[in-house]
Amino acid sequence: MHKQEFTITVYTENHIGLLVRIATIFSRRKINIESLNTSPSEAEGIHRFTIVIDETEEVVRKLARQIEKQVEVLKAYYNTNDEIIWQELALYKVPTDEIAEKVKVERLLREHGARAVVIRKDYTIFETSGHREETEKLVEVLAPYGLIEFVRSARVAIIKSSHGFHEKLKEFEETEPGEELIENEFLDKQQEVFTM
Amino acid sequence: MNTVEEIKTVNIQPAVTELISGSQAVLEACIAEQVDTVFGYPGGAIMPIYDALYDYNDKLKHILVRHEQGATHAAQGYARASGKVGVVFATSGPGATNLVTGLADAMIDSTPMVAITGQVFAHLLGTDAFQETDIINITTPVTKWNYQVTDATEIPSVLAKAFYLAKSGRPGPVLIDITKNAQIQKFDYAGYTKCTHIRSYRPKPIVRKEFIAEAAKLINAAEKPFIIFGQGVILGKAEAEFKAFVEKSGIPAAWTILGLSALTTDHPLNVGMLGMHGNYGPNLLTNECDVLIAVGMRFDDRVTGRLDKYAKQAKVIHLDIDPSEIDKNVKATIGVWGDCKETLPLLTSLVEEKKHTVWLEKFRACDAEENKEVIFEELHPSTEQMTMGEVIRNMNEITGGNAIIVTDVGQHQMVACRYAKFNESKSNITSGGLGTMGFGLPAAIGAKFGAPQRTVIAIIGDGGIQMTIQELGTIMQAEISVKILILNNQFLGMVRQWQQLFNDRRYSFVDIASPDYVMVAKAYGIEGQKVTERQNLKQALQTMLDHNGSYLLEVMVSKENNVFPMVPQGCSVSEIRLK
Repeated sequence: MHKQEFTITVYTENHIGLLVRIATIFSRRKINIESLNTSPSEAEGIHRFTIVIDETEEVVRKLARQIEKQVEVLKAYYNTNDEIIWQELALYKVPTDEIAEKVKVERLLREHGARAVVIRKDYTIFETSGHREETEKLVEVLAPYGLIEFVRSARVAIIKSSHGFHEKLKEFEETEPGEELIENEFLDKQQEVFTM
Repeated sequence: MNTVEEIKTVNIQPAVTELISGSQAVLEACIAEQVDTVFGYPGGAIMPIYDALYDYNDKLKHILVRHEQGATHAAQGYARASGKVGVVFATSGPGATNLVTGLADAMIDSTPMVAITGQVFAHLLGTDAFQETDIINITTPVTKWNYQVTDATEIPSVLAKAFYLAKSGRPGPVLIDITKNAQIQKFDYAGYTKCTHIRSYRPKPIVRKEFIAEAAKLINAAEKPFIIFGQGVILGKAEAEFKAFVEKSGIPAAWTILGLSALTTDHPLNVGMLGMHGNYGPNLLTNECDVLIAVGMRFDDRVTGRLDKYAKQAKVIHLDIDPSEIDKNVKATIGVWGDCKETLPLLTSLVEEKKHTVWLEKFRACDAEENKEVIFEELHPSTEQMTMGEVIRNMNEITGGNAIIVTDVGQHQMVACRYAKFNESKSNITSGGLGTMGFGLPAAIGAKFGAPQRTVIAIIGDGGIQMTIQELGTIMQAEISVKILILNNQFLGMVRQWQQLFNDRRYSFVDIASPDYVMVAKAYGIEGQKVTERQNLKQALQTMLDHNGSYLLEVMVSKENNVFPMVPQGCSVSEIRLK
């Protein structure tokens, strides 16, 4: 079993303290979280964590089960990079005069698909999104031109399968007996299902 | 069946709402959940709840402990003896942090518990106020769920959820932290509704019959099948279902320390204890069986020894309610997910009636060897000094296996679990996973409240008793009957044993002095005596058990006896040593 990047997607209730509960599942096993994002999901009221770690599949499978055991977690999935489309967003702050004066910079930005978000006299903020290597490449490229600030977001990912996670539930059904299909109905019905 | 019970909703709905305080709502919740006893200790931030308790004295018994840790262990003892949820009240800050050991113990041993802590006023949260501590984040890793209440209107539904989570599925501890303003706040109370469902929470996976059929097929084809069972059988209230499975299949069954008493110890198919200090046969033959059927147990490292040499030849069937346990330590050939109360009868109906006579003979042969090498001498020593084993043997002869035995942690715990007889389930109460010294005395207090009609014997070493000895005060004040049996070897015996075996007898800080326990007990108004001679042992035990009320009996045992057999750490179960 070799280590590779896995993206863990967790559907949860929106509950204060859940972030800590999920984080400690990794930290107590001394596993570093490479990237973590929380966002709403396609189902109203259901949150979605996207967590990237570098581990073997066996470890990731166990982690996913430990995550799923948490009371406020509806379901946890994991995928390899082959199975998902993912993006990270990056912002770059560059002195405006550099760009204005040096045609080369403009060309470079264009090549990397960067888009200006804010243009001020003193600086301009560019935005780009893509895989880590891509956003990192632009950092290298901009460094000689006085890159003032750089920040990159966590990974957001969507599975390639055309049906999305709801369909993937059935796949998990094959190896993991459970109420997934019933749960799936709940996911679509939102607050009718329960209170508290 | 359980399912039906849990789906039923209980509504205790008054016709009109009434104005009550958050504190009253807490107590109303306890009463609605049929809590009869609460273990606790008051303090600043929980004073409103204690003030309300003043008026509930006739409906809710409160036992004042001497340290909050004692309250958690008492709640554990209560839960384990009664099968109900143990409840703890403590104040903020140090009161709350003192609960951590008990919560961790309850977490790893799956004990249903609800701990309610007071917290500083909501407006003071995060200001380092007096006795403020972030107990939610401190207890996150050691609770099944926790929640902070800052508004009284949340209290009924949050407590309903707390009790539901504590006892359903794989049980565990839940902590609810309530700020002082929420305890004081009056609100329109519309009654208490029990929680029966949480969308994101699956107490038990749905049983898949195809896996049971596959498991049955494996069992029916097996020549040397072996059952290992844990506390899941007790927590699932599936003792009868388990017995039926064992008897029909004719398969020898061995227990983990927390599974002890789920099957009577004298059952012909009960072949003994698993693990580091378990019996010879169950350990050795784990690596000889062809099908290993694990029921409600989690393959703790003290049970498996070296994992890569554990039951590698066997097909493994693992029945568990917690999906994360399947394949966690030992890869299962077939994982049967579900409540064993439901899965066991299904499995029993599919297995063939058999008698594995030849296979069972192997266990008997191992027993004979263990008896010759270890057990006989331990129970009938030829030495001048008494052994722990002979104390337990004498105790068995008097109790007949009908008492609840609560143990602390260490050598005496291993000896007591190895040799104590049990006729009834929920009779062995010990700290298994966490190995908490100091557990015994407070847990015995709780056990007595959980099963008042039964005899409760706390067997404790001279190390453990000194960790929570202040709970003698609780016994004195609550006027209950707990039999305290101290097995004094004048050492922290288990650590000493390891130092002898693995550290060249470099006895580093294991020499522990004791006070005069009989005098200490007397100071608390508890009768007692100390026995140093064998000829007085039996009579002393009889006196202890006949005594009306609590009694402390200290027995001086051999200083440097070791517990054997032993699977040394890092070794395979096949490498079990008899000496």
